Amino acid sequence: MALKRKVGLFEGLRYKGGGPMLAWLLHRISGLGMIVFIALHVIASLIGGDFGIAINTIYESLYCQLFIVFFVVYHGVNGLRIIVLDIWPKLVEYQREATWLEWFIVLPIYGLTAFIMVSRFLAGE
Amino acid sequence: MRSRTVPQPAWNLEYAMWMFTRLSGLAIPLFGLIGITAALIMGARTQMDLGTLVRWTFFPNVSHVMNSNIPDYMSWGGSFWQIMELMIAFFGLTHGFNGLRVVLEDYTNPGFWQVFWRGIIFLLWLFSFLAAIYVVISS
Repeated sequence: MALKRKVGLFEGLRYKGGGPMLAWLLHRISGLGMIVFIALHVIASLIGGDFGIAINTIYESLYCQLFIVFFVVYHGVNGLRIIVLDIWPKLVEYQREATWLEWFIVLPIYGLTAFIMVSRFLAGE
Repeated sequence: MRSRTVPQPAWNLEYAMWMFTRLSGLAIPLFGLIGITAALIMGARTQMDLGTLVRWTFFPNVSHVMNSNIPDYMSWGGSFWQIMELMIAFFGLTHGFNGLRVVLEDYTNPGFWQVFWRGIIFLLWLFSFLAAIYVVISS
């Protein structure tokens, strides 16, 4: 339900929600990003031909893939945090600590994957 | 002081989809875990690169492992993986399109256009799921 509040983008970003608000924002962006990626993949496979290959080369490029891996890892871990806090509502008291713990899980998984991807790309594989 | 009575939640669309989002959010990583574990048991460590393994983990379709050094594709196709693919497609697509609906309804007011966008998202969900069924059956 949309409330009639006139809040601009920069005003919204200045709101001091901190870690949990950033998590909410990134959860939305990463979810929409995955929808765009899967839609491109389905469209490219269904159309095929030159146009399909053209779409393919866009989302199979390293730059696109680095974003997609981040979206998947972040959306997955943040979703698990949301589920844990929903099942045990008493833990909501520690939601700021939970977002920090989440980054300690996301960054090693993403960093290692990105490191392998970039080093293989630079090696020309 | 008497404790507050909380009404039983009614089973409407929002409550059902709230529950479904959490259950499918738990199911999808488990499907990924099953896919990656089975792939490693079937010899993925020496027979394919990281990209191929990740493609298989997202969607265990035999066409995702075609460009690898697997000696034969028999155990990578078949009805078990087809059922897994259909379940991943159902959980993933419903989770994703419902998320799109939630985001859109945060930025629209109740009325004609909200119902219109709900219909568009339902049609997109139906089209994607039918496409997934076609891909699974024909591969």
